[in-house]
Amino acid sequence: MGTTGTPPGVGSSVVTPTTDSPSAPAAPVGLSSQAEVSAEIAAQARARTAATPQPRLDYPAYRSSLLRHPTKAPVPVDPEGVELWAPAFGERDLDPAEADLTASATGGEPIGERMVVTGRVTDGEGRPVRRQLVEVWQANAAGRYAHGRDQHPAPLDPHFTGSGRALTDDDGRYAFTTIKPGPYPWRNHDNAWRPAHIHFSLFGHDFTQRLITQMYFPGDPLFDLDPILQSVTDPAARARLVATYDHDVTSPEWSTGYRWDIVLTGPRRTVTEDPDA
Amino acid sequence: MPEPTPGQTIGPFYGFALPYAGGPDLVPADHPDAIRLGGRVLDGAGDPVPDALLELWQTGSDGRPVQEPGSLRRTADGPFTGWGRVETDPEGRWAFTTLRPGTVYWALTVFARGLLDGLRTRIYLPEHTDDPFLATLPPDRAATIVAAAVEGGYAFDVRLQGEGETVFLTERPHVGRGATSAARGLETADE
Repeated sequence: MGTTGTPPGVGSSVVTPTTDSPSAPAAPVGLSSQAEVSAEIAAQARARTAATPQPRLDYPAYRSSLLRHPTKAPVPVDPEGVELWAPAFGERDLDPAEADLTASATGGEPIGERMVVTGRVTDGEGRPVRRQLVEVWQANAAGRYAHGRDQHPAPLDPHFTGSGRALTDDDGRYAFTTIKPGPYPWRNHDNAWRPAHIHFSLFGHDFTQRLITQMYFPGDPLFDLDPILQSVTDPAARARLVATYDHDVTSPEWSTGYRWDIVLTGPRRTVTEDPDA
Repeated sequence: MPEPTPGQTIGPFYGFALPYAGGPDLVPADHPDAIRLGGRVLDGAGDPVPDALLELWQTGSDGRPVQEPGSLRRTADGPFTGWGRVETDPEGRWAFTTLRPGTVYWALTVFARGLLDGLRTRIYLPEHTDDPFLATLPPDRAATIVAAAVEGGYAFDVRLQGEGETVFLTERPHVGRGATSAARGLETADE
């Protein structure tokens, strides 16, 4: 048993509890155990029929998806008109200081590992997504969100809100200064923990490239146990959600550095198309 | 060719980061052409989804795509940007104050806790049910993406699953895009 039959996660190694393990504590009534959820994850991985880069929407191991995934196939359509354009954002929409999540309104420094995350946003042909909006949000170093419904009994940090915005530059690059978020428990199943992650919201060249996703940190032991990450059943695609530690992004005596590039696909209008044409 | 970055759920805790003052108001309520476009988001049991985020994208009244910045900091005399964002309330309700598009539909994106990737659809104006794309759908399915005219605007419900499930869209597969409906595990969904 153990991890037998479980596909490799993303560069992690962890002992998955099994249903017949005498050391596995009994789950509270009404909640599945991690072993049961891990078995579901493994079964979904075995049932994978095609390499697809996107998460399965019908992924029962993520309990909240049960009543919230469409059961009918999405209808293919040729994007047209406004769908071939993305909303425009610019300097008037945000302040460059919003890219520094450690710059608190209180003037105090947040607790945690200061880090920079940077990368490029490109389309499926490798072209930079220029001057476009990137939004991030995350838990604090203790794994607690500055959100009223987060009931995790970990401390809030008065000097850390955990949301930021930036525009990509002309090469599609973004950069945020923040602190490394902690993992946190949730109630998908008994003893469920999310790997540490930063939420990213992205706009591309056209409306169909709109993407909301999550960036993870290399080597996290929770990868294999997490149904949200594992809903991306293609291991290669899953790996693209994991940032790379980059010592060239790390600054001496200041912060560690991670690199994470983002690729937004979807049809793209031809470069000659213009809304005023 | 670079491979696409997968989507992930918006999760439950975006509320302090993504919604913003003025997000749902593409035009001020006292704009002479302002209309209200709103409804509910419902799950497969018909229950409201209180933690969904919707984004609207539309042309101006002239039918042309808009490329004006300023959506995040709207001012009374600011440009019409064609884009807005709204979160659902505890009853799953949402509403935008906006203009009628100069084309036949609004484009809509849906995110929610429990939804592992965003969904896209169109909200057709009720006077344009002769649209060629709508004609390709069975009438009961086409009806799920047509707004109803109501006092002061239009009503539109998003049903994520089950009876009256909203028609969601995927662009036709092309080079570099692998996310066909079959590959997403939905190949038997209609059976």
